Parts: sequence; structure tokens; C-alpha cells
Amino acid sequence: MIKQRREVLKTGGGLGVLGLLAAAGVIKPELALAAWNEGAFKAGTLEKSLAALGAGKPATSGDISINAPDIAENGAVVPIGVSTTLPKVESISILIEKNPDALAATFKLPEGTEANVQTRCKMGQTSNVYALVKADGKFLMAMKEVKVTLGGCGG
Amino acid sequence: MNYRMLSQGLAGACLVLGTLGAGSAQADATTDEIARYREMIADGNPSELFALQGEELWKQKRGPRNASLEQCDLGLGPGVVKGASARLPRYFKDTGRVQDLETRLMTCMETLQGIDPKTIINAAWGKGEREKMQAIVAYVVTESHGEKIDIDMKPPQMKKMYELGKMTFYYRGGPMDFSCATCHGDKDKRIRLQDLPDLRTQAGAAAGWGSWPAYRVSNGQFWTMQHRLNDCFRQQRFPEPIYGSDVTIALSVYMAATGNGGTVMTPGIKR
Amino acid sequence: MANPMKIRAAAKDGVTEVKVLMSHEMETGQRKDSSGNLVPAHFITELTATWNGKTVLDAQFGPAVSKNPYLAFKFKGGAKGDKVVVTWKDNKGDSRTDEAAIA
Repeated sequence: MIKQRREVLKTGGGLGVLGLLAAAGVIKPELALAAWNEGAFKAGTLEKSLAALGAGKPATSGDISINAPDIAENGAVVPIGVSTTLPKVESISILIEKNPDALAATFKLPEGTEANVQTRCKMGQTSNVYALVKADGKFLMAMKEVKVTLGGCGG
Repeated sequence: MNYRMLSQGLAGACLVLGTLGAGSAQADATTDEIARYREMIADGNPSELFALQGEELWKQKRGPRNASLEQCDLGLGPGVVKGASARLPRYFKDTGRVQDLETRLMTCMETLQGIDPKTIINAAWGKGEREKMQAIVAYVVTESHGEKIDIDMKPPQMKKMYELGKMTFYYRGGPMDFSCATCHGDKDKRIRLQDLPDLRTQAGAAAGWGSWPAYRVSNGQFWTMQHRLNDCFRQQRFPEPIYGSDVTIALSVYMAATGNGGTVMTPGIKR
Repeated sequence: MANPMKIRAAAKDGVTEVKVLMSHEMETGQRKDSSGNLVPAHFITELTATWNGKTVLDAQFGPAVSKNPYLAFKFKGGAKGDKVVVTWKDNKGDSRTDEAAIA
């Protein structure tokens, strides 16, 4: 009972802020938090994930760069940044080929937001990392291999 | 006559040198990439999340006495947090003990807030009052980032602790006949890809002491120095030391004093 | 309740750089606990950042994003004192909103 009430309060609070913003007309409700793309995040392989994102078999672009180390000291935290000089970038996605589900994160970039995002991902093993960019309605991608080492103790 | 032989010999020597050069270049490239990895994760150290909670806990009225820690004297006077952990451990007249950050915080929590130290000493890592301690430590050590390690070794009590710490550092025992010095008492030692600091030297001790407490990316936990030392004992297959016991403070005094003058880089971020 | 985020936003030459650290387990759902039971998945699924009410980033995460997630991005505009608000939501319906003033 108490737990339920707390959850209601929590959810209520969360909606309150967004609801307020929406009511004030500053953001459209659907923009507040877009529905999670379960199909893409649970697609499994790289090919299936790309398909679920509607990207098909994207061509490689030299205008996309992946900022990640060649070797990660620990697979639990692998810094991955993606930037591109391509115009009209709509979204950036990070995919890790050898993870159980390849898609790690996807970013929608409204106009005015630079095509330059950084985050950190888990990698179970050494793998190719793909940056998928949707620019001007077209999907393009780049790849970089990141080696994951086994750490020693301590540190 | 010997010109040909000589040139062949030189060519051979060059070949060897060349091979050696390539080998070490590759090792350097790996070391450089690991350094780059560490640099990339250093910006945005999740220790900040723990420090944020710790600062709140520092200011929050808690415990049976419903008091905050804002009057806690970490050695630089009541309420002074900035630079305090760079000067710890130190000898405290009011308790008549050499204390590290965590035992000093326990004193403050007991005297100011009425929190029984046993609730911390007997807690598990990351649980209950010890979890709160970890957050408070994260906050305090962040306030010494960039300062110099400045341990006052004048009090005789500090000298005694230093000697006890040094003895502990070289004490061999356990089923593997290990000591701290087995891994940290030589230069250029490493385990897999991790270089091990030589804690006998000023540079090594400053690198080790100066970068803990730290966030560990492998498990997403923030480790205090007590936690770090406890795990060193575990890795040597020694019995676990009691939280905040003199032997742990003595090891801290030995390391901190050896690293005196080095830079405090806390909170660190480790693999 | 979820712990607060750490948000840093700094404006330079007409561009605001935002760095966010979130306090979250990011359980993959594939890890087993010490008794061999699968730890249920628990991770942030969606994140939105706004500047003066305008959406500047809309992100979706899978469980492969690291524990205590870090995110950095840049947008054009932003002046000292402007508010950047970040909201995340996880797969269990928990959410958290924090804000920071642009420095």
C-alpha cells in the first residue's frame, strides 16, 4: 500500500515537471520522452539491429569519426564518442558488434545540437564499434576496432 | 679485407637493434593507448556522484544528537574541509591517536552526531553507515584535489606509526608467503597491463597514495583507503584487518609520509 | 529514490557543452548474483535534455551503457545562467530530473 503510494508519487512527480513544460507549450508531449525503441535494442546482431533502426546496409563514410581508445583497460567502461562533419544530422547511434544486443545507445539531435556526442559503454570482448549516422535522410556509418584487455588486480 | 665482415656485422647489429626498437615501440604504443584510455575516463569521474551525496551528508543533521558534521575538525580546525585530507593521517591531541580520514570521521560522527563507531566498523562495504562513510570520504578528498601531500612527521606518535607501517609493508605471511613489498617493493613491476607503483620510493608512494580513494570502473564502486587496504590484505590471503585498526592507519602513514610533497589527485578513477 | 545527477554546462564562443553523470546501476539482466540467480535488468532507457524549455538532446540507452552513465554533448546558443534540465527514465518506471545553470 505504502509502496504503491510512493510509486504514484514518484511517477506523479516525474510527470509533473514534464506535464508542466508541455502545458506551458515549451515542449510537445511526445518530445518529452520518446518511446524506447525496444525492437532495435533487443534485435541481437548488428545486421538485425541496423534493420530495426531502418538503416539497412549503410555505406561507409569518411566524414564520421569514432573517438574511442584502441585498447580499453576495462570493458565495463569504454569511452566512445561520435562526431561528424556531415550536414543535417538527425541521429547518431552506437553499435557494438559482439555485444549480445549490438545497439548500445541512440541520440536524436534537434537542429542546433552539434553532431558530437560522447558516452561510455560496456563491451564483453574485443569488438568492432560502429557509429551510425542519419544525415539528410540517409544512413551512413563508420567502424573502429576496440580491444578489451583483462585487467590485473588492484590498480 | 675485413670491411665486408665488419659491414655484415654492423648490418646484423642494426637488425637486432631494429627489432628491439620495434618491440619497445609496440609496448610504448600499448602504454600510450592505456594512458589515453585513462585520460578519456578521467573527465567525468563518477566519484563526483558520491561526493555530491557526501556533501549532503556532511551538512545533514543526523544521528541520535541530530547534528551535522559541519563542526568536524579534520585537523585544520572545526569545519575546515579544504586541504584537510592532504594532511592526513595526523596525530590528534584530543583523541591521543594518529588517525586517518575515516577514523577521524568516525570520531566526529560519534562526538557530534552520537553515531556509534561500531555501526561503521561492523558494517559491510557499501552498506549502512559504511556506505555513508564512503560518500563523505568522496566529498572530503575532492576538496584536497591538486594540493600537495603534506604529512606532519614531527610528532613522535607519527614516527612510531611510520615504523609500524614499514614493518607491516615488509611482513611476509599467509598461505602464499606474500608481503606488500612482494608486488610494491620493486621498480617496473606489473600485473598484466597494470604498472605497480614502487611504494618504497617518493614517486611511487605519491602515485599510489595520491590517487586513492578512487572510483573503480570494474565494479562501479567508490573505494576509500580503508577499503583499498582491506583488499590488499585479501589479495595476499591475509586475515581481513579490522576497519580503522592501527595497522591500517600505520600503512597509510608509511605510504603518505613516503609520498610527501607529491600531488593529491583524489578522487582517482581506476580500472 | 534515485540519486541526483551531476550536470555541468559551460558556454564558450556561442556553444554550450553539457556533461552529465547519472547515478544508476545499469543492470544488463545477464549477470548472476552470488547465489546464481539472474539479476533483473534495470537500466535507463530514455533521456531528454532541454535548454530554456527547448529540447537539445533526446537519447535512448540500452543496458550496454556503463554503470553511472556519462554523457557529453554540445549545442549552439546558451548564455550564462540559462537553465539546462535533464530528465531520465528507466525500464522500471523510475525517473529523475535535475538542472544546472550554464556557467
